[in-house]
Amino acid sequence: MAENQRILVCAGTGCASSGAHKLIDALKLELNKQGLEETVSIVGTGCQGFCEKGPTVVIEPQQVLYCSVKPEDIAEIVAQDIMKGERVERLLLLDQVTQKPLSTMSEVPFFAQQHRIVLKNCGVIDPQKIEEYIARDGYAALKKVLKEMSPAETLEEVRKSGLRGRGGAGFPTGKKWAAILPTPSDKKYIICNGDEGDPGAFMDRSVLEGDPHSVIEGMLIGAYAMGVDEGYVYCRAEYPLAIKNLEIAIRQAEEAGFLGNNILNSGLNFKLNVFAGAGAFVCGEGSALMASIEGRRGMPRMRPPRSTVSGLFGKPTVINNVETWSNVPHILLNGADWYTQYGTDNSRGTKIFALTGKVNNTGLVEVPMGTTLREIIFDIGGGIQNGKAFKAVQIGGPSGGCIPEEMLDIRVDYDTLTKAGAMVGSGGLVVMDETTCMVDIARFFLDFTQKESCGKCTPCREGTKRMYEILDRIVKGEGKLEDIDILENLSYTIIETSLCGLGNSAPNPILATLKYFRHEFEAHILEHKCPAHSCSALLSYTIDAEKCKGCGLCAKNCPVSCITGEKKKPYVVNEDDCIKCGTCVDKCKFDAVVQA
Amino acid sequence: MLITITIDGCEVSVPKGTSILEACRMHDIQIPTLCYDPELTSDGACRLCVVQIEGNHNLPPACRTTVWQGMVVQTQSPKVRAARKTILELLVANHPLDCMTCQKMGNCFLAEYAYDYGVTGEIYQGEKRKLPIDDGNPFILRDPNKCILCGKCIKACSQIQGKSILDYSFRGFNMQVSPAFNLPYNESDCDFCGSCVSVCPVGALTEKHMVGKGRPWEIKKVQTTCPFCGTGCNFDLNVKDGKVIGVTSNPDAPVNGKALCVKGRFGTDMIHSPNRLTTPLIKKDGVFVPAEWDEALDLVATKFQEIKNNYGADAIAALSSARCTNEDNFVMQKFMRAVVGTNNIDHCART
Amino acid sequence: MTNSINEIPNTKLMFVIGSNTTEAHPVIGTKMKQALANGAKLIVVDPRETQLAEYSDLYLRLRPGTDIALINGMMNIILANGWENRAFIEERTEGFDEKFLETIAKYPPEVASQITGVPVDQLVEAARLYATTDPAQIFYTLGITEHTYGTDNVMSLANLALLTGNLGKESSGVNPLRGQNNVQGACDMGALPNVYPGYQPIVSPAAQAKFEAAWGVSLSPKPGFMIPDMFEAAHSKNLLALYVFGEDPVLTDADANHVRKGLEALDFLVVQDIFMSETAKLADVVLPGASFAEKDGTFTNTERRVQRVNQAIKPIGNSKPDWEIICELATRMGYPFTYQSPADIMLEVASLAPQYAGVTHGRLENHGLQWPVLSCDHPGTKFLHEGTCTRGKGLFMPIENQEPNESPDAEYPFLLTTGRKLAHYNVMTRNSAALETYSPEELAEINPADAKRLGFQDGERVHVKSRRGELDTKIVITERVPEGVVFMTLHYLETPTNVLTNGAYDKVTKTYEYKVCGVQISKIS
Repeated sequence: MAENQRILVCAGTGCASSGAHKLIDALKLELNKQGLEETVSIVGTGCQGFCEKGPTVVIEPQQVLYCSVKPEDIAEIVAQDIMKGERVERLLLLDQVTQKPLSTMSEVPFFAQQHRIVLKNCGVIDPQKIEEYIARDGYAALKKVLKEMSPAETLEEVRKSGLRGRGGAGFPTGKKWAAILPTPSDKKYIICNGDEGDPGAFMDRSVLEGDPHSVIEGMLIGAYAMGVDEGYVYCRAEYPLAIKNLEIAIRQAEEAGFLGNNILNSGLNFKLNVFAGAGAFVCGEGSALMASIEGRRGMPRMRPPRSTVSGLFGKPTVINNVETWSNVPHILLNGADWYTQYGTDNSRGTKIFALTGKVNNTGLVEVPMGTTLREIIFDIGGGIQNGKAFKAVQIGGPSGGCIPEEMLDIRVDYDTLTKAGAMVGSGGLVVMDETTCMVDIARFFLDFTQKESCGKCTPCREGTKRMYEILDRIVKGEGKLEDIDILENLSYTIIETSLCGLGNSAPNPILATLKYFRHEFEAHILEHKCPAHSCSALLSYTIDAEKCKGCGLCAKNCPVSCITGEKKKPYVVNEDDCIKCGTCVDKCKFDAVVQA
Repeated sequence: MLITITIDGCEVSVPKGTSILEACRMHDIQIPTLCYDPELTSDGACRLCVVQIEGNHNLPPACRTTVWQGMVVQTQSPKVRAARKTILELLVANHPLDCMTCQKMGNCFLAEYAYDYGVTGEIYQGEKRKLPIDDGNPFILRDPNKCILCGKCIKACSQIQGKSILDYSFRGFNMQVSPAFNLPYNESDCDFCGSCVSVCPVGALTEKHMVGKGRPWEIKKVQTTCPFCGTGCNFDLNVKDGKVIGVTSNPDAPVNGKALCVKGRFGTDMIHSPNRLTTPLIKKDGVFVPAEWDEALDLVATKFQEIKNNYGADAIAALSSARCTNEDNFVMQKFMRAVVGTNNIDHCART
Repeated sequence: MTNSINEIPNTKLMFVIGSNTTEAHPVIGTKMKQALANGAKLIVVDPRETQLAEYSDLYLRLRPGTDIALINGMMNIILANGWENRAFIEERTEGFDEKFLETIAKYPPEVASQITGVPVDQLVEAARLYATTDPAQIFYTLGITEHTYGTDNVMSLANLALLTGNLGKESSGVNPLRGQNNVQGACDMGALPNVYPGYQPIVSPAAQAKFEAAWGVSLSPKPGFMIPDMFEAAHSKNLLALYVFGEDPVLTDADANHVRKGLEALDFLVVQDIFMSETAKLADVVLPGASFAEKDGTFTNTERRVQRVNQAIKPIGNSKPDWEIICELATRMGYPFTYQSPADIMLEVASLAPQYAGVTHGRLENHGLQWPVLSCDHPGTKFLHEGTCTRGKGLFMPIENQEPNESPDAEYPFLLTTGRKLAHYNVMTRNSAALETYSPEELAEINPADAKRLGFQDGERVHVKSRRGELDTKIVITERVPEGVVFMTLHYLETPTNVLTNGAYDKVTKTYEYKVCGVQISKIS
């Protein structure tokens, strides 16, 4: 048996919901049973990233990765791997090409092609134990800064690193920090924005759950650089584990002297509060978030003044998102020069993406800025599920756009994506295949934004609703050709006249799909056809008399009994009564039901 | 310090810190606004005052954009007008078109701008709000379906009245303005000062007792001073056909601006109370009998003269009125002193 | 007011004593709330926890009628801590002497606390905030003046302002909020038994000569009756005729039954009003006046602003503007009053009252002018006592705490205190259908503990009796009033509160003690 044997069980929200805690319980039992409880440690970690194959278990130090582990597999893992050092092959991932089992993480392309800086500790340490963070250089950057660097030097290092805001807009972090300095005030604040709300995005949740101290340390360094003595982490209440781990981490940091007064005898004072937001997408917008902390309705306000002049409680405030703060300790510990080796000229460092949709390896990935979409989706993501054809990838959430196949080789950085009509956004990547209707996707995102619009400004409140209604009509085959013009005009007005970023970017999903998939809109309107065979209102079902064997399975399963026929003779669909549910297609063993 | 900017091709100079909207208003350049009010903070919520600024890709709102030296602004370019028209179309699409019976007709900013921009509300057909009307109080009629969510009432309640009864509730298209928990006014903590009504640009908040009583163009407004306490608020009496039909705020009122209280704004219906005295009365055998002025005044003059002659002027006294005008009081004390000949005059000076 | 209403939002501290501002002066209340939004602090002193008290930083619930002890206690604390404004005392005041200091020395915090029922720490905090915040303003109304020692209450407040130098500056001064819309103007116009227009004393030969010359008649040098004197004189047949103009003393004067008897004893009562008031019902002749909407003229508000009242409609029915009625009477009595308009009358006012010297209807336009307006080009006066007080130096007056004329006792164990409510203004707003719907009846306030002890339910009608009268009223059970105190308003003729109140009055101003008397309360059997 190897030394320092550790079993890392992913206990992030994804794996927890597929039974990770039962695994941990089973492991404890089994290790006790085998008398190994003293020699082998079990660690419930934050998200390990490979959500598709969760719950995942990593055996250290060998870095063996077991996928989709069930409690009944535990005895075998302990007996075979821990005790004998032999792999449980049936729980290993198979190489896509050779179909051979991949016994260590480094052999798994999903991990091998990532470059983890922010996620360095995620899935590796127990986030509820400060000593595990410290053991992996945690708080070393803070100590270095407090001992060796002045606040100005600290800020300069962040500026030099080229770090830009990971919340979506990509504002240079050093520049933002410097902006708070000139305003004299008895009180200044820094805020960590953890109100992650894009559909399909869970980067910030994973960092807060899996490595909360990295955020605390980043904010401490920021507090030192900016002369701030109080901060808030605004985390949505739907992330209970993130809040719990963060609160534990803050308590431990206070006990260890990293938070509080006269931190590490440096004279630095810093108090950190956690604020649970009640779940409004718009509260991810800085001024709305601050209103929410102040106890007011979460609605954005116009700038100027910028929050660096008048922010939380009217005091100068710097707000950065979770991932941005989490980058800071690494930059200060290793230096700006080290950091700038990653990424492209104007987009330094790495970026975490939440890879979801019709991709084989859904999960959390961290890659250097400038990696191509193709590398992320096909090399790391393992390509499209069920061998279907790639159609588009939606990047940047409801504010982003859909990027088609022909643009898969563009590099993911702030400027390139914006030019392509999308944006880095917070890092959601939703992959779509040939069965996805792009009009319906636009409708999905507009449904989201129109529901999440705070309602303050007219164009966003009324305009997104009307755009949704038009898209809904098109999807149902009730659209008119002039609707496309109306959509485009409305989009530009909303972009140009809305009050905050939500409205300014809400039409992006429409404009991007119109740009790359206009023919799908036209097909819905002119031909009443959905090219992806996805929009149920536009589908028709017929039975191919040649192929039909007359088994009657379709008729038997039709929920509205609109399929009739005699056994052994071709059946017929009565289209007037058909509710287009598609059950007949699924049931037919002979591909005789034609969906068009 | 003055700053020179160019608005619609004309160079103008305005003080530093001025907003584009203020600059335009200083120079009689018309910009439509729905959520702006000089007495309140400006939020830039309605977006109707958007303008085009050279070098700026988007269309910022004039009310919340401060001028800078050399700024070049277009307030009526096709792009600006198209954007405003779209915004108005969106508002009208979700607004009842019962203008014929709306109390606000003739005084409705939405209607005025819709007319100016040729807006019909036909482009964006879709869902419209159908919310219950709040009429459970004697003063304010609140029709949330007409509300354009400009937020002025919310700010008037918090910034003028200091009450914060109103705020937004719900999100997006479902957003409403309402008292807490969506209660009707009379179940809220509302004082019925009516400041919300005074700033509403549309027919969402109207004075209940004025409904159906007159159209703006039929009404004569007479500024006067409120008779209901010592604050000295000014307001406009709204007069139609020789009758006071209600009160509206006068923004130029020196003490109070648009603010009033429930009495001043809603209590003047007492002017036409059926209980008003309309003719002199003389008590004969214990019963009041209507009399002509001559008869009544002669009787009073004779009686006073008699008592003065027989018992001296100090046997007569007068209570003057702290509710009547200075001029009334002056002639009253002069009457007692110079005509009757006594200083027996007082009023409830201390209450 | 020594300051202007629109200085309120910029003040840093408001010391509000005996004023239910948000209900009795709602728009001034809004200015106070605006000041709070701007960061000002608020101290409210009142036995009743008013709506404004809910907004306060410090609420002192004193025992009714113990204001002097409270103010003396605060001054004691200020002096003990050295928070007084020595420079101001030196330059601007006199009377800061042994006698004054001896009086203040009698009110150490513990003694003041014992008398007022206000905890020592609250007294200290109030003293500290008022004395050390600049600018600070005092506001008071009838809670201060409607006591048998109301004048002393006011002088105590003046002492407090002088001690701290919170006077004669923008947003800093002593501000009585005048209750009636034109009570300031009626005083300015000399509708008082001891002064001519512009506060020129009756007893001054020079003033007498000035007015005799102006009016061409000889005038009486003898000060006249104040209101309580009138009813006394009527009882004793020294007063035979009374001309009541726009007042309803039967409802609004204390000890209403006594007032009613006095009026009934008159030989001749004339009432000029716009409604058939309770007083009018007793009259021999009733003259229908015009409401504010039916005549021109001016009102002078609590900040001394003379503002236009503009005729909007013709007088209702056969009624007439009041000044016209009085002019006709004068003419009929052999002294023709020939004014053509209220503007004409104001010209005469301006010629006689120095404070109004520069006031003409034309100049007032839609903004008014704040007196003193000393000449036609004088801009008016925003705040008073800048650099100097009316009498020159501010005078400290040693004032001792006093007891109300009638305090609760075994027989009448409850303390009745009276005031106004938001929806009504005295008695005439009952004629507004809207306000009447909103607030149709008296709701006497009683503390839950008292209600429980007496077995009262919320909304129950109960019987209230004093030594002078009795009535039935509906009650509301609320913590707004402390135990042992009942609060009622004067608005409802069906519940004529003033039959209960005490007719005792202040020795100087003869203001009734509306704020304190003893009553008993019982269930209606």
